[in-house]
Amino acid sequence: MTKSPMDGMTVKLHDMSLRDGMHAKREQIPVEMMVKIAKGLDQAGVPYLQVTHGAGLGGNSIQHGRALHSNAEYISAVAEVVENAVISVLLIPGMGTMAELQEAYDCGARSVHVATHCTEANTSPQHIAFARELGMDTSGFLMMSHLNKSEGLVQQALLMESYGANTVYVTDSAGAMLTHEVTEAITMMRDALKPETEIGFHGHHNLGLGIANSIAAIGAGATRIDASLAGLGAGAGNAPIEVLAAVCDRMGIATGSDTFALMDLAEDVVVPFMDHVVRADREALTLGYAGVYSTFLLPAKRAAQRFGLPARDILVELGRKKMIGGQEDMIQDTAMTMARAKGLLNA
Amino acid sequence: MSKIRCALIGSGNIGTDLMYKLLRSDVLEPVWMVGIDPDSEGLKRAAEKGLKTTAAGVDGLLPHVEADGIQIAFDATSAYVHVENSRKLNDLGVLMVDLTPAAIGPLCVPPVNLAELAGDRPMNVNMISCAGQATIPMVAAVSSVQPVDYAEIIASLSSKSVGPGTRANLDEFTYTTSNALEKLGGAKKGKALAIINPAEPPLIMRNTVYCEVEGTPDQAAITASVKAMITEVQRYVPGYKLVNGPDFDGNRVAIFLEVAGLGDFLPTYAGNLDVMTAAAARTAEMFAERMLDGTLTLPKPEMAQ
Repeated sequence: MTKSPMDGMTVKLHDMSLRDGMHAKREQIPVEMMVKIAKGLDQAGVPYLQVTHGAGLGGNSIQHGRALHSNAEYISAVAEVVENAVISVLLIPGMGTMAELQEAYDCGARSVHVATHCTEANTSPQHIAFARELGMDTSGFLMMSHLNKSEGLVQQALLMESYGANTVYVTDSAGAMLTHEVTEAITMMRDALKPETEIGFHGHHNLGLGIANSIAAIGAGATRIDASLAGLGAGAGNAPIEVLAAVCDRMGIATGSDTFALMDLAEDVVVPFMDHVVRADREALTLGYAGVYSTFLLPAKRAAQRFGLPARDILVELGRKKMIGGQEDMIQDTAMTMARAKGLLNA
Repeated sequence: MSKIRCALIGSGNIGTDLMYKLLRSDVLEPVWMVGIDPDSEGLKRAAEKGLKTTAAGVDGLLPHVEADGIQIAFDATSAYVHVENSRKLNDLGVLMVDLTPAAIGPLCVPPVNLAELAGDRPMNVNMISCAGQATIPMVAAVSSVQPVDYAEIIASLSSKSVGPGTRANLDEFTYTTSNALEKLGGAKKGKALAIINPAEPPLIMRNTVYCEVEGTPDQAAITASVKAMITEVQRYVPGYKLVNGPDFDGNRVAIFLEVAGLGDFLPTYAGNLDVMTAAAARTAEMFAERMLDGTLTLPKPEMAQ
């Protein structure tokens, strides 16, 4: 066999099981389970792990669901058991605030994904600057990247870099990006950003491309990849971290992680803990196909049941209306409007 | 009939939209527009409409306040500069209507507390935020029926309607709006979320209001109260509309709103501008009416703090 062209490369894995995975568990992960999984990831050598409500700091709400515990409780509990891994959090400006970031820092978080929609990077300067002031490892996280052209993503990445982000992510929140699109965006970003600024990729497996896109990202210059155990995450989940680690091993890409330990954690702890099999089922596949925010999956299924509509129809309509992450209220609103049009709901 | 003479500070989206509303007022006359960028669209439009303009910030206005008889100023800059702007103008006896999230004066949502506020003779009133103006009337409508333990609002704004000031200071928006849901809306706890959507063509402003009430919701009374309040808001924001709800799920009430603007400065999708500027104009008009009929006298400059 020919040697992989990526042989000798290095990548930092960033686990999402305890943040994106919260979506797949309807925000109901008990603190003991968080601690158990975090400990396992830390022992397996995963360098970064994210811990918060699925929607990040400030996420506890009617809109995004209420978690079993506060972010402060989750972060503090995980910080107590983790020895080497850096604990990160998600912060979406407009929802999470600097006060909540300070609190997360005080509980032990030392890295943050500051997330904006892929065209709205200029809503993040306050939060990125504040994170850097705290001395945190700070990533700008361009959500729904499939909705911007590569040139546009580069401009947004440059803004986040100018605010102080030391990493910028292409974030495929809808699991809708095709592999050549990931390659193009990251190649162009790599050319435009300072050499010391890292590039990350966050994938979703809605079209089954979680691993392929992550590998393409590495090939184009990304050095940080988000993934989760058995893919535990919104929609069809994230790139499964144990699969990614295995592929990296085979390709000679160093992850610093113990692949067998990740396989065991995924199989023995996370899979039995799932509420539903996280896979590209009809609705999750629709997300990737129609370019809809992965987190809309479960609320759309609930609205479908309540108002007597197919979930796929609701998701397609949300995609047509160009709804983005954070607009979960529009799921019920859209379902009610559709139900009324079909005579299923009184005016 | 004479009018009360006004100055507009801030020549961005909000200040410019407000100018058009004031130009139509029976009791307010916009005289000055203050900016910091001589090339700004807002200053150009103000000059075209015959307003005096300065690009030297509030200090460019101060020497003219007395001679031009300015009695009310609107501040549409940012929370950070508002405090100084307000002090300088209050010192000259000018009543300040604050459209930034600074919230140093009492909060005002016209159909909720404007009448009550008039008696307090404040020298600074705060208009909270566009999302606050759009949603607090609904929370107040629910809390007038039965206690609201928790109110949460989600404002979806079109990207083109959100200016650089708001973008760079989203936390202030969050804090000020959340606080006002409690203080004026009557919720025990309030939470505000904002989403900026870049879709083309731009989406009309949407607001969702969730209230968790104490006990079982009195559906008929809440529905009637919400509908009555919508009519109240429509008096000054004609594009304010109920799309879905009130929907009842356990103790949760959900209200889905749309706010279309009048298209004065930005097109009609930017209802977030209109709901804010119309509320500010409505508030200033109430004070102006009382100044004109002699029931309200602003303190003389030397007496003002």
